[in-house]
Amino acid sequence: MGMIVQGATGDWEVVIGLEIHAQVTSKAKLFSGASAEFGAVPNSQVSFVDAAMPGMLPVINEMAVEQAVRTGLGLNAQINKFSVFDRKNYFYADLPQGYQISQFLQPIVGEGKITIDLKGGESCEIGITRLHLEQDAGKSQHDQHPSKTFVDLNRSGVALMEIVSEPDMRSPEEAAAYVKKIRSIVRYLGTCDGNMEEGSMRADVNVSVRKPGDELGTRCEMKNINSLRFIQQAIIYEANRQVDIIEAGGTVAQETRLYDPVKGETRSMRSKEEAHDYRYFPDPDLLPLQFDDEFIENIRATLPELPDDKKARFVNELGLSDYDAGVLVTEREVADYFEAVATGRDAKLAANWVIGELFGNLNRTGKNLADSPVSANALGELIDLITDGTISNRIAKEVFEEMFDSGGAAADIVEEKGLKQVSDTGAIEAAIDAVIAANPDKVEEYRGGKDKLFGFFMGQVMKATQGKANPGVVTEILKPKLDV
Amino acid sequence: MSLDKATVAKVANLARIKVEEKDLDHLAAELNNILGWVEQLGEVDTDNVEPMTSVADMQLRWRKDEITDGGYADDVIANAPGREDGFFAVPKVIE
Amino acid sequence: MTDLTKLTISAALDGMAAGDFSARELTAAHITAMEAANVLNAFITKTPEIAVEAATASDSRRAKGETRKIDGIPLAIKDLFCTKDVLTTAASHILDGFVPKYESTVSSNLWASGAVMLGKTNLDEFAMGSSNETSYYGEVINPWRREGSDSPLVPGGSSGGSASAVASFSAMAAIGTDTGGSIRQPASFTGIVGMKPTYGRCSRWGVVAFASSLDQAGPMTRTVRDAAIMLEAMAGFDPKDSTSVDMPVPDFEAALSGDIRGLKVGIPAEYRLDGMSPEVQALWDQGIDWMKAAGAEIIDISLPHTKYALPAYYIIAPAEASSNLARYDGVRFGLRVEGDDLDDMYARTRAEGFGAEVQRRLLIGTYALSAGYYDAYYLKAQKVRSRIADDFKQAYQKVDVILTPTAPSPAFGFGEKGDDPLAMYLNDVFTGPASLAGLPGISVPAGLSSDGLPLGLQLLGKPFDEETVFRAAGVLENAAAFTATPNDWWRG
Ligand SMILES: [Mg+2]
Ligand SMILES: [Zn+2]
Repeated sequence: MGMIVQGATGDWEVVIGLEIHAQVTSKAKLFSGASAEFGAVPNSQVSFVDAAMPGMLPVINEMAVEQAVRTGLGLNAQINKFSVFDRKNYFYADLPQGYQISQFLQPIVGEGKITIDLKGGESCEIGITRLHLEQDAGKSQHDQHPSKTFVDLNRSGVALMEIVSEPDMRSPEEAAAYVKKIRSIVRYLGTCDGNMEEGSMRADVNVSVRKPGDELGTRCEMKNINSLRFIQQAIIYEANRQVDIIEAGGTVAQETRLYDPVKGETRSMRSKEEAHDYRYFPDPDLLPLQFDDEFIENIRATLPELPDDKKARFVNELGLSDYDAGVLVTEREVADYFEAVATGRDAKLAANWVIGELFGNLNRTGKNLADSPVSANALGELIDLITDGTISNRIAKEVFEEMFDSGGAAADIVEEKGLKQVSDTGAIEAAIDAVIAANPDKVEEYRGGKDKLFGFFMGQVMKATQGKANPGVVTEILKPKLDV
Repeated sequence: MSLDKATVAKVANLARIKVEEKDLDHLAAELNNILGWVEQLGEVDTDNVEPMTSVADMQLRWRKDEITDGGYADDVIANAPGREDGFFAVPKVIE
Repeated sequence: MTDLTKLTISAALDGMAAGDFSARELTAAHITAMEAANVLNAFITKTPEIAVEAATASDSRRAKGETRKIDGIPLAIKDLFCTKDVLTTAASHILDGFVPKYESTVSSNLWASGAVMLGKTNLDEFAMGSSNETSYYGEVINPWRREGSDSPLVPGGSSGGSASAVASFSAMAAIGTDTGGSIRQPASFTGIVGMKPTYGRCSRWGVVAFASSLDQAGPMTRTVRDAAIMLEAMAGFDPKDSTSVDMPVPDFEAALSGDIRGLKVGIPAEYRLDGMSPEVQALWDQGIDWMKAAGAEIIDISLPHTKYALPAYYIIAPAEASSNLARYDGVRFGLRVEGDDLDDMYARTRAEGFGAEVQRRLLIGTYALSAGYYDAYYLKAQKVRSRIADDFKQAYQKVDVILTPTAPSPAFGFGEKGDDPLAMYLNDVFTGPASLAGLPGISVPAGLSSDGLPLGLQLLGKPFDEETVFRAAGVLENAAAFTATPNDWWRG
């Protein structure tokens, strides 16, 4: 469902497009051999090329090309075998060359589309306009000195993929779902680590409003937002601001705005507006970027199964619900974990355990899957104990808690604590007889037609056997005894 | 096409070159003289002509993804007119 | 003992091989000559200590039998090449105090071949000029004077310091860079040989960029053979320059067979300009006769877009420069003029740091790339450039080399071109087209003007066919037998 801003003059529709900057996973920078790793001593991961010393020249990193193509394939997009690097000229303290090497008219990846997943199992398609390669800038620090800005060029020249969407989103939730999906895809592909806190993925958010059915309104761009929550807050604030302006008889100015998460508002960045004439032209230090079909096909051959395909398979072949499949495929690690658990076992049961017990315990303890004390193998063994009747489902939950806390194996815990399910009919029959003998009034009521009391007897028997009695066996013996 | 004072001032700002108001007229005249001479390019038929990209019939070469450079912060900032704590220092920027 | 500064490189190499003199002696003679020629202002930075040290190392290599290709040859380096731990200025105020921590590939190649650096030569600021009048470090003076006159003349530009150093026997050879004629035109003005190789033959890594799609390094020497020896030492594939061509470097010296029988020499009709100096025209005709006499076949050709080369050049080069020179902002190196804020600091630094001609070109270039004008100027110029390159391609179906004058006039006096930049730009009328097409070209001193000034003829070749250019140039050089030298008035 789209977001509607209810204005004084009626309802307004919100139109959102996103430009995501995703740092390419690579050892070295886009055009230099300096390290692209995050965080280090200032200016220690800087080559003379990154510092734009006189006479320095760019040479492209093949990994960046590969990763861009891989990502393009993951976005179901057109791969351009011929693309051009341009210079985007502007002056800024953390832009040493005085230009950013980027791609303007002829990007490496053209149009594509992805499916985003919305609440309630709905999904919709969002168009991808393009993906291009470009250099990151350095980092300015404004709070280190009363009158100076400090510049660190460690980020300067790191390879980025800018992924531009069509203005296809209509609500903050859709925007968030889009970012999540892009993040999921690039992480599956291994082309970007998707770490928004460290800034390896950040979004420029374009927002405009219009009366439903009207032409697109004037948009404002909010730069460099690096959390899903802030993206949504910024959209809500900005949509309302624009409606207020228009309804007050004003016009929205096309401009770059900054989202301030502390104040929860956006404000104009006039400084960036003045020189909005980037004087793009093809970088004469570089030739056009070219590759052949074979290069693309070699990459295509190594693509992993992507979240959408995986989800479809989980639903169609493993019989999972849409919801469960969606939850399990978002992160490749989770999907892999689940598949390891499910292989050779009841997939639905495996999904329940992963989504229910495992996620619950991870959440409770604030842990990631990567440091889960229970491996996929260990969880599989636990499920096997349920399936072969060694323990009941209820006991299994207890065992799982123990496994999660101690890291022990299911079989050992069951053995140690004597939790094995009792299927010995003699012992169970004795317990049943004792329960019937102890509750003559309830037996009377049951036989008088109060069927629901069957649960009571089951419970009593289970209690008497400390939960270890096999519920199937209990039912089998209890039923005829009561129904006499 | 002819450059007026205001355009020269705008271009000078884009190029980040401070030009005194009193020099704008003279500069505009000089630039117009050159641009007027350049106008003759309009006589050349360039329909369906691709702009030139390279002399040699060659393709862009790619580098291996290896760390081969960097690790010399002192040399990087050695020539900086303003530097502090290993950073380049510039007048404070207010965003 | 003979005056060691009068030797050619090949003779000096023979002399050192024969043990007639050492690299130290050769270098010392040039240091003395360089110091004696101070009035020419050919050098921005002299490095005699580095030279002596390198010459000493050269001698010890020779003693051990580890002699390299041009071991012990003292050279002058245009101050556009970055030299490790030696001030590098591009003749601009904006690079005040800049000491690179790296060495350009071309100069590295020379040092690896055993050469000795005498110093860094003066040039037009950022190589923008044809007279060496725009250097922050002052004008360079041509060792040549008009007969019977002692008024100073320009050495041409932008590699004017390199030209003056070689012509005054201060250096055995020099390296320059050529963007629209900056090696060939000063070579013509100073009576020496200047070679611009094919774009991509020499690495641009470590050379202060002016116009990236045009800049090319090349040698400036007193003979064609020396130019061949030098180019072989300078050239070569460089993985650090994406526009460097991965091709073996031929033995250029071996190409000097002296035999051009059957060589097809093209004479472009469009280079016969209205109002061209009759003596330049006469020399060109003489050159045609020399080539014919040596057995070449003379073929009339047409390069129809010649007239548009300069206007295209004066859009493309400034446009690229406007971007290349954006890095001079007072942050990481060079001059900084403080201002009210960051933008003000940029604007003041660049206003004070760049001279008038550089500023003019940066403004033209910025305008030509700006929104709304890109198609009309930059894109149009690049398309015209394609047509110019195509003209040459067509011509080279029919001919092997093209013979033209190098410059429309001999050296002129300071300020003689007035303050009209267009008058100055016309100096590149014969050199600019080949630069746009990326072709190799050489200027060979071929005669004297009526007032006793050197004039050069230019030979242009096919891409990466420097060998044929050298071969034809060697024959032209022999035929011209140019032996005149400036009288050494500058020796204090
Ligand atoms: Mg953007
Ligand atoms: Zn971007």
